[in-house]
Parts: sequence; C-alpha cells; structure tokens
Amino acid sequence: MDECKTCLLMMGCPEVPVQMSIVLYLSNKLKNSGIDVTVAGTDAALKLLKVSDIDGCYVDKTMDIDRCIADIVEKKIDFDCCFAFMHSDAGLTYAATMSAISHAKLYAVIFGNHAESLSDTLDFPAEKIMAKAVHNPIPLKNKIDKVIA
Amino acid sequence: MSCVEQMKYKLYLERTSFKEAREYIEKNSEEVYYVDPGYKIFKDYYIIGVPPVAMGVRGKEILFTYVKPCHGTFVMGIDSDEEIARLRDRESEKIKSSLKGGMKAKAESSGAPASFADMYRK
Repeated sequence: MDECKTCLLMMGCPEVPVQMSIVLYLSNKLKNSGIDVTVAGTDAALKLLKVSDIDGCYVDKTMDIDRCIADIVEKKIDFDCCFAFMHSDAGLTYAATMSAISHAKLYAVIFGNHAESLSDTLDFPAEKIMAKAVHNPIPLKNKIDKVIA
Repeated sequence: MSCVEQMKYKLYLERTSFKEAREYIEKNSEEVYYVDPGYKIFKDYYIIGVPPVAMGVRGKEILFTYVKPCHGTFVMGIDSDEEIARLRDRESEKIKSSLKGGMKAKAESSGAPASFADMYRK
C-alpha cells in the first residue's frame, strides 16, 4: 500500500450489509493514511453511503460505477489501487473489467454466503481478501487490516 | 442509465451468470467476435465482462452481454448495421495486422545466411 496515492473502492450491489460498513471503514483508514479515495457504486449504493456519511466524514469523492468504467476506458482517470467488492457473479464481472482496463493494483474483496465458490472462479490477477461475512463485518475487517497494515 | 436501455432491444437471457451469457451468444450467433472489456458500443455503453467477451451477429441484430451489479448479466439484442460493420472491420484489421506480423517474422527468418561462406563463418 506504500505506493498507493489514489484508490478506488468499487462497490457491488448493496444488498449484503457488511459491504457498506467495510467501505466506510476502509475509506476512513485510507483517507487518514493520506490516500485520495474515490468510492464508485450504483445509484442505490451511493445513496446508502451518502445517508450513512451525511457530513462526508469518511468519504470525500463518489462516482457512478458505469461512469467510472467509462472514464477509465477513455483514459480520463485511473487509480494506483482498487478494492473491488463482490458477493455475486456480477460483482466479479465488474472486477474482471477493472483488471483489464486499469493499471491499478487490484484487491478482490469477496464476501457473502457464496464467498468461497466465488473466490474459486476468480481467474484474473488480484489479491484476494475473502471472508464468509454477511451481517458481521469483523471477519472481513480483520482480513482488510492485514492488507492495509 | 446507459443509452442501450432507451433503445429498442430484445432480451434473450436475464439475470444469469456472465459465463452462461457468453455461451448463449457463442451458440446462438451466426458470427461471433471477441472484444476486450470496455469495448464501446452505441453512444455510451462500455461492455463489462470477463475476457474473452463474446459479441454475436445474427441477421441484422447484434447480441451482447449487459451487466447490472444488482441484477446479473443479460443477453441483449439490438438491430444495428453500424455496430455489425464496426465489428467486422475490426476483425479484418486484426487479421491484416497478424498477417503483416507473420510476414515480417518470415522475412526476418529468411534473412539468414545468403551464401555458404556466411554459413561456414557462423
């Protein structure tokens, strides 16, 4: 993480509760380390985030996930590292796209009931951070702490 | 919302996995082309996908995968002569450049010793 100055947190579908908790936690940790953090997600995920962090204490920048992909393809933006959150095939597909279009070091944050089987299907370069977490964010938080320590 | 959602489209598979969507396109298209993730189609849709990303042509229709984070992968079909022509042009460009590369390699390998003297010197 030493060489990371800009970081993207790419959220998947917000239906699994641990995601929002970990995104706010990780964004705050990275921000306090001097890293410029952007959080990308769907409209619903960004609304959840903005209500949870109404004063912008933890997250400075947000972006629509498809706009983010478009801007990276068009080389308008890129990041040094990216945490791609996934608990479904669609989340994994977005992460695979990031792996193909961006120069960012990719961390695949895999969680939810199908975390293990989803992790087995991941076949692109990414550091896996995996925990079978749905409601309790602590197992995933502990794994994240080891990576950003 | 991407422009493709505002176009006249048909859905052939809904809320499936990307792998199943790719297989559907491969099995049900007259022509199949492979593009990189981020390939732009229509006005503003950048294809989300796990490589190799398949795109199909069936008659006047282009078949492609459309991924939504909360709903999974869809196989969409939209009539578009322009997008089909672009895919075909891209493919012929790829073939031309690979042929050029092959010919260059052949030329380099045939540039070996021009005479027996050269061979013995080696």
